[in-house]
Amino acid sequence: MAYLLNTPDDKKEMLKSIGVSSIDDLFSTIPESVRLKRPLNVPEALTEIELTRHVERLANANISADGAVCYLGGGSYDHFIPAVVDTVSSRSEFYTAYTPYQAEASQGSLQAFYEFQTMISQLTAMDISNSSLYEAGSGLAEAILMAMSVTGRMGKVLVAESVHPEYRLSFTTYLANLEPSVETVACPSGKMCLEDLAGKLDETVSCVIVQHPNFFGNLEEVEEISKLVHSKGALFIVTYDPISLGVLKKPGEYDADIAVAEGQCLGNPMIYGGPYLGLLSCKEAFVRKIPGRLVGQTVDRNGKRCWVLTLQTREQHIRREKATSNICTNQGLFALRASVYLAALGPKGLTETAELCFRKANFLMDLLCKIPGVKPKFNQQFFKEFTIELPCAAQPVINALVKDRILAGLCQGRWFKEMANVMTIAVTEKRTRSELENYAALFGAAVKAVQGKQ
Amino acid sequence: MDKSQSTGLLFEISHSGRRCHLLPECDVPTKTSSELLDKKYVSNAPTLLPEMAEIDIVRHYVNLSTKNMAIDCNFYPLGSCTMKYNPKRHERLGSIGGLSNVHPLQDDQTCQGMLEILWEMQNYLAEIAGLDGVSLQPAAGAQGELTALLVAAAYFRDKKEKRTKVLIPDSAHGTNPASAAIAGFDTITIKSNSRGRVDMEDLISKIDSQTAVFMITNPNTIGLFDEQIAQITELIHKAGGLVYLDGANMNAILGITRPGDFGADMMHYNVHKTFTGPHGAGGPGSGPIAVRKQLVPFLPAPLIAKTSQGFKLDYDRPKSIGRVRSFFGNVGILLRGYFYIRTLGPDGLKKVSENAVLNANYLLSLLKDSFDVPHGDRCMHEFVASARTLRKDKKISAMDIGKRLLDYGYHAPTVYFPLVVPEAMMMEPTETESKETLEHFAKTMIKIRDEDSDFLHTAPHTLDISRPDEVKAAKEPILRWKK
Repeated sequence: MAYLLNTPDDKKEMLKSIGVSSIDDLFSTIPESVRLKRPLNVPEALTEIELTRHVERLANANISADGAVCYLGGGSYDHFIPAVVDTVSSRSEFYTAYTPYQAEASQGSLQAFYEFQTMISQLTAMDISNSSLYEAGSGLAEAILMAMSVTGRMGKVLVAESVHPEYRLSFTTYLANLEPSVETVACPSGKMCLEDLAGKLDETVSCVIVQHPNFFGNLEEVEEISKLVHSKGALFIVTYDPISLGVLKKPGEYDADIAVAEGQCLGNPMIYGGPYLGLLSCKEAFVRKIPGRLVGQTVDRNGKRCWVLTLQTREQHIRREKATSNICTNQGLFALRASVYLAALGPKGLTETAELCFRKANFLMDLLCKIPGVKPKFNQQFFKEFTIELPCAAQPVINALVKDRILAGLCQGRWFKEMANVMTIAVTEKRTRSELENYAALFGAAVKAVQGKQ
Repeated sequence: MDKSQSTGLLFEISHSGRRCHLLPECDVPTKTSSELLDKKYVSNAPTLLPEMAEIDIVRHYVNLSTKNMAIDCNFYPLGSCTMKYNPKRHERLGSIGGLSNVHPLQDDQTCQGMLEILWEMQNYLAEIAGLDGVSLQPAAGAQGELTALLVAAAYFRDKKEKRTKVLIPDSAHGTNPASAAIAGFDTITIKSNSRGRVDMEDLISKIDSQTAVFMITNPNTIGLFDEQIAQITELIHKAGGLVYLDGANMNAILGITRPGDFGADMMHYNVHKTFTGPHGAGGPGSGPIAVRKQLVPFLPAPLIAKTSQGFKLDYDRPKSIGRVRSFFGNVGILLRGYFYIRTLGPDGLKKVSENAVLNANYLLSLLKDSFDVPHGDRCMHEFVASARTLRKDKKISAMDIGKRLLDYGYHAPTVYFPLVVPEAMMMEPTETESKETLEHFAKTMIKIRDEDSDFLHTAPHTLDISRPDEVKAAKEPILRWKK
């Protein structure tokens, strides 16, 4: 049997030492009445050769960014992952280690997390960052709980309608049985309406959440929003695209209080939605309200610099129901991957990556808008993702491009009923001019074909 | 061997002008961001990331990695954490491009292979739980707990019952009460008796019409199966409440008994423990939940459904609580759990638990004459020893023993948990360790017990560092490097 070591002779000796005659005797405390009297109904065991064949068959049934060209975004992106990221994260000493409670036996991971906290803080121009949360949606939920605790306000939580619908649903679910309700601020022009925000903002609001660039790819008026939110004493929570910070203003530059991001784009595979990592940074003043793991620098008994998990009195294993969060892990291995990615890019690599995304996205937008009937949905500035309106339903166009091995983009009708003709397209630094031109040509033909059928 | 050349902080090694990842020239004629973007959006602040060559990065991290203990290098008898071997085939299969490059928002018809695996996994986890519906969405055990409690709250709201209390034994993981608080419940602590099981008198006195959920870890955190379980679940059900099973200890009962069969209505799995996802120095995990029939409508959306046109994500769930995270779930870990279940089959899964329990009892038999074992000489997959006598007689604490074990190449047991045992040392060997490993470990434990106490107070002696000042770290937190 795979992975089991005890031979029949071993078992005999072990049972003798224990003082029982059979393995079954060890389970005598489990009442007969609740025992399972049949084998589990799962398939029979496979050898490695059989399993590999089976899994390869299923993997080949997917059309993925492996063999297709991927223009899907919405929080998960087909960015290039340098080999050095995989090399480092496949070190057994990193990926088969446990949570670093025993600091002496975990200095490798602890130092890596401290470097991660530093790099995320540098990237965002924020004071401090934790060592990662699950992903962006629940990361925002944690940020809101933190904002409630910092401000002591139990009133509404305001969120722009342009924030990712899955993020909004995630934190709304977290808050379902707590006092604050979530209220949406309208985005008729594809970004947050400042008048609507001003009308809804009052002294009971704990925080306002904005995504920048937002779910449609558009840039938000973060500086004005920040001032408005602070004028009522609420916290400004922004969720950003880490790659965009190679070009766009960093959350610290426009005085965000808490910055949360989906960290998938930093060297992590898309793998159907996870594991990813949530990035959370904030102002120094909130340090004791931060959720999740934090690594701090200290010295050992000989005065040597070292790192430990710290401020654990915030955490569930000490504070139980009074903890800042129920979270019990970080996404260690993915925080490590993000660190290696950022170190491999460096400041210049990040800027160049961001610039390539920006220029190629703009190039494709211009090409697509030359197709008769295709136009920008919003007249807003964007970074690497943009939203267009088609003269026909978007989903059939997306479906038609699958046979050309193109994952064409997201139909917004999935989330916004009135947007069945609208799609959002993401372009990363991996795309070449010929891929983009080929896409635009096939896209134009597909639009024409769908229109012909209508 | 001195590693300090490459293990300084990245920011100290950084050398202005060094590059690792180079980007291709821009091949489109479009204008640049500084030409096209409104100035108000463009950053004026420098990006302060380190500047490194590839070899600098590799040496830095490879040398750092050698400062870790890890399953591939060391035995980890870490109670409650189920540190079993992480099979290498999982890593290879999990990174096949056709799986790892699937985008989370792809249309269902373009990822049928992925959906088939995950649909199967839903079914396996329901079968192993003896329950009816499974959500693979929660990212970790703690999030699974929260999700299930939100499901319970929605269920009672739907029935128009106002129930505010969640009852939790004092031996429970800290995540239980923390999750209950976020789900909007009041937590009521239930005592454990001298045998580590639920104190029935205390439980009965605290059950009332406000009882929503009783959260139980069974086998419990002492490593004992609570044989009162049928009686407990009956009491809770009679009062109209639900029973939640913290599935942290599923490694003891696979194919032997099922939570649904002993009366649990909801549970979470820790796929990274029971079905061996690598722990990654703290994550990612995966914490799917299984629930009984009447709770299925309230599970987060989507679930995977099998239809005549193939597999699809089913969002048409009007009573669903919503979702607890973005995207489907921690698929990478779920895949590894799937590979594991397919490798072991029904017989193998049962043997996992049999051997996990055999190994734990064997280790217990080797240690019980040398250490206090307050809860008897039998256990399930783990047991709790105590250093209370050693502390009294020789001033040797559980922490001292744990730290000294590091010198001998063993990870420390879980110390000071559960809170109900003084000087607790919780040990879980798992089924993937050999008899010889357990024997050598036990010999080492006994040897340490007889070592000089002053020497133990300052252990470890052979690692890179020893006894970091945690008080200083918390008092004057330094959470990032600064120039």
